[in-house]
Amino acid sequence: MLAFIGRRLLIAIPTIILISIFVFTLQKLLPGDPILVMAGEERDPEVIAFLREKYRLNDPVIVQYFAWIGAALQGDLGISLRTNQPVLELIAEKLPVTIQLATMALVIAMVIGIPAGVLSAYKKGTWIDWVANVVALSGLSVPNFWLGIMMILLVSVQLGWLPASGYQPFSDDPLQSIKTMLMPAFVLGTAIAATLMRHTRSAMLSVLKSDYIRTARAKGLSERIVLVKHALRNALVPIVTVTTLLFGELLAGAVLTEQIFTIPGFGKLVVDAVFNRDYAVVQGIVLCTGVAFIFMNLLADVAYRVLNPRMRDQ
Amino acid sequence: MSAILSVRDLRKEFVTARPLFGTPTVVRAVDGVSLEVAQGETFAIVGESGCGKSTLARLLLRLIEPTEGEVWYHGEDLAHLPPERMRALRRDLQFIFQDPFSSLNPRMTVGALIEEPMRAHGIGTASDRRARVADLLTRVGLTPAHADRYPHEFSGGQRQRIGIARALASGPTVLIGDEPVSALDVSIQAQVVNLLEDLKDEFGLTLIVIAHDLAVIRHMADRVAVMYLGEIVETAPADALFEAPKHPYSETLLAAIPVADFGARRARPLVEGDPPNPIDPPPGCRFHPRCPYAQDRCRAERPALSPAGEGRAVACHRAAELDLTGLGDPTPKRSADAERRFDLYARALAGAVPTNNDS
Repeated sequence: MLAFIGRRLLIAIPTIILISIFVFTLQKLLPGDPILVMAGEERDPEVIAFLREKYRLNDPVIVQYFAWIGAALQGDLGISLRTNQPVLELIAEKLPVTIQLATMALVIAMVIGIPAGVLSAYKKGTWIDWVANVVALSGLSVPNFWLGIMMILLVSVQLGWLPASGYQPFSDDPLQSIKTMLMPAFVLGTAIAATLMRHTRSAMLSVLKSDYIRTARAKGLSERIVLVKHALRNALVPIVTVTTLLFGELLAGAVLTEQIFTIPGFGKLVVDAVFNRDYAVVQGIVLCTGVAFIFMNLLADVAYRVLNPRMRDQ
Repeated sequence: MSAILSVRDLRKEFVTARPLFGTPTVVRAVDGVSLEVAQGETFAIVGESGCGKSTLARLLLRLIEPTEGEVWYHGEDLAHLPPERMRALRRDLQFIFQDPFSSLNPRMTVGALIEEPMRAHGIGTASDRRARVADLLTRVGLTPAHADRYPHEFSGGQRQRIGIARALASGPTVLIGDEPVSALDVSIQAQVVNLLEDLKDEFGLTLIVIAHDLAVIRHMADRVAVMYLGEIVETAPADALFEAPKHPYSETLLAAIPVADFGARRARPLVEGDPPNPIDPPPGCRFHPRCPYAQDRCRAERPALSPAGEGRAVACHRAAELDLTGLGDPTPKRSADAERRFDLYARALAGAVPTNNDS
């Protein structure tokens, strides 16, 4: 297993290099000039020239890339063109917020989506299946921002159960932190729960048809054991794949959700950086997201091997 | 003989198409089957593909729900037991599946697969069960070390042995094998058949075997039921059936056994064509469109399975008057010419040939 993880990490290196080139090039193709933003109303040519020199924008693109990637390897992702804070510091500050949001959303999605999928596959064609599908379809169709606003209206304004916005660091007050994050995580999790439910349902349907499920029943096992131990465990591989892919949707969704609930997270950082043409921050964030994706895929590959003994010998 | 399983008028209908309007299309896969299986015997159910024999096997252990009918086992009707009671009875009634590849859960070790029925029925402590897994693996010709491996690491024959060990784990009294060897290589089939016979004697099992391979049946079975289009057309002791079948369909099946002899031919041509569509079975005797002996009565009136002496039963209007061919003597007659040459050869070997050169 360790050798396998090592091999996978080696394969990740060229992928990360490709991502970095891609990010850097795209950034250069964007219209707009951050220096003009920084130089202010007067646009003094001297100031502009000074700033260009300071941020090495006069160097050839290749040189700029290597300077950036070289520094990045040493943990220096540059300095925000807007706030003058180191990018790494910004990310380190905002990332835990988004990770908490995404994790809670994913947990909510799995807690709702997987049991609903199992149940609707098991009760295929009954009213339970029908209700689960209608709810899932609604979850997919309702936009995040609308659901978020409606929930704020209902849960915070009308009922006053949960705070409407804000953020409490988990380390300061875990309970309050979870309470504050609960509503955004739910809003973010619903669409993912629906997707997860649909995939769980179809994976379970195909597994439930297989011969070894009949064998399990013939052994005289209870339906619960047949369903969880024999069927769900075999259906988990496609579910893991989908969950990994949904991680991307989760980050994209987080951007919007953080805006609605004014959570000072990664998503808000991205949006602000893009609007302000804060190259260094955008580059840093996209690079971090890419690495996180590669890491998630590695986790999924490890999970496959744990779940499927047939993959272990390969 | 005391019956361990008594089946009365068992029926299973499958709905194959349900149109928005009009009546759904129904296949009667098993259509009014009654039979008795005696304690300790090997009972075989034979028939061509699609005759409903696998469905019947699954109905016997209620792996699928019957549409109608009863299956009596020790005073309880399996077909109508509440699910919990049925689950408990599965300890006694086990099943060996046809496909050794798909019928084992790929995520579980062989040891866990074999142990599971014992755990489900609360048999023994954890260490008892482990010891029994090791014992069962040895009995089916594998080693205790195999318990930690996964099914995909085994060959087809080995997997079927695992399936047999699993079926034996809960200590059943009745074992049903649905084509237990047909998915295996011919060379492995004999091994598994012999293993099943040995285990049957050792554990005092009642064995019900579903098969289309008559060679296997002839080797194993005490009694045979012949199925055609969801019905039983003949039941008889195996020897009697192979020697002299009483139903024309049984004769056809026997005639289909290949003869391992150069130039050998059957006297009677095989019945040709496919079995009729089970959605719309022919009126009268279901075999009449393919039967060389069919008469008007066969086309109109459906024959019932009725006793025919010597523990046999046949569903044929003409059973008493027909003289059907069984397997009989497997060596065919030689021509007079060939006989003379064989004779010469035999004498030459004995060194007592009067040659023409002698004078």
